[in-house]
Amino acid sequence: MVHYQARLDATFAALSDVTRRGVLEQLGGSDASISDLAQRFHMSLTGMKKHVSVLEQAGLVTTEKVGRVRTCRLGRRRLEEEAAWIERHHQLWSARFDALDKLVETLKRKEKADDQGKRR
Amino acid sequence: MTKAKEGSPAATNRTAVERKSDRELLVTRTFDAPARIVFEAWSKPELFQRWWIPKSVELTLLSCDMDVRTGGTYRLVFSHPASDQPMAFFGTYREVIPQKRIVWTNEESDEGAVTTVTFEEDAGKTRVTLHERYPTTAALDEALAGSAEGLPEQFAQLDALLATGW
Repeated sequence: MVHYQARLDATFAALSDVTRRGVLEQLGGSDASISDLAQRFHMSLTGMKKHVSVLEQAGLVTTEKVGRVRTCRLGRRRLEEEAAWIERHHQLWSARFDALDKLVETLKRKEKADDQGKRR
Repeated sequence: MTKAKEGSPAATNRTAVERKSDRELLVTRTFDAPARIVFEAWSKPELFQRWWIPKSVELTLLSCDMDVRTGGTYRLVFSHPASDQPMAFFGTYREVIPQKRIVWTNEESDEGAVTTVTFEEDAGKTRVTLHERYPTTAALDEALAGSAEGLPEQFAQLDALLATGW
């Protein structure tokens, strides 16, 4: 459990930075080399290396060096876990709030009708 | 800038769910009604039970006791086709400020979250912010590990089910 907790802390630290979230979004579309990413985010190679290394330590990204190019891709399993958790909450609360929305509309209409009834 | 690429507009600008930290979840939604009405739907048991349980989860509400005031308690008892025993969800209202805020505990487990819901009215609409704080990162980890096993398929039909209404 402690291990898992440390992992989760690393995830949140990694996700707290706007550039790193951007990198994840990019990698969601396609794999990219560190120099591609540096260029896209107008950043030095060293700066981008640091960001990628934080993402890698959090297990969000994996990298592989072929020749002189280091290619980055999403670390799938981990992201899926996080996404599933958020998605489950999203579905639960969307369902609840859609139903609440309908109820609130009904109450609003009823109140209006009652008001008009009183005035008549 | 709009997030046009993420699904339908209805899906993106309605209920927003965000993980605020390793222990916190934030859910927001704006309702087209004054806070008075939204609060009423949240605090009267006969209204609350009309929206709280998604139809897709196959839970049947057996009883719903809610004493929505500071220090009051609640207890919701459900049955589920997969279980012989009814399940109870219960806790205490730590703070209730009518039309503004409700804070409650979830006491069915030692690691239950504390939930705060706030109602902010602006120009006849009410923004509802729901904040769940788990006591430890471990508690949230367990929630995370549980949901990683897969999403219930029945959620896919939720919209259709809800559209039929009550």
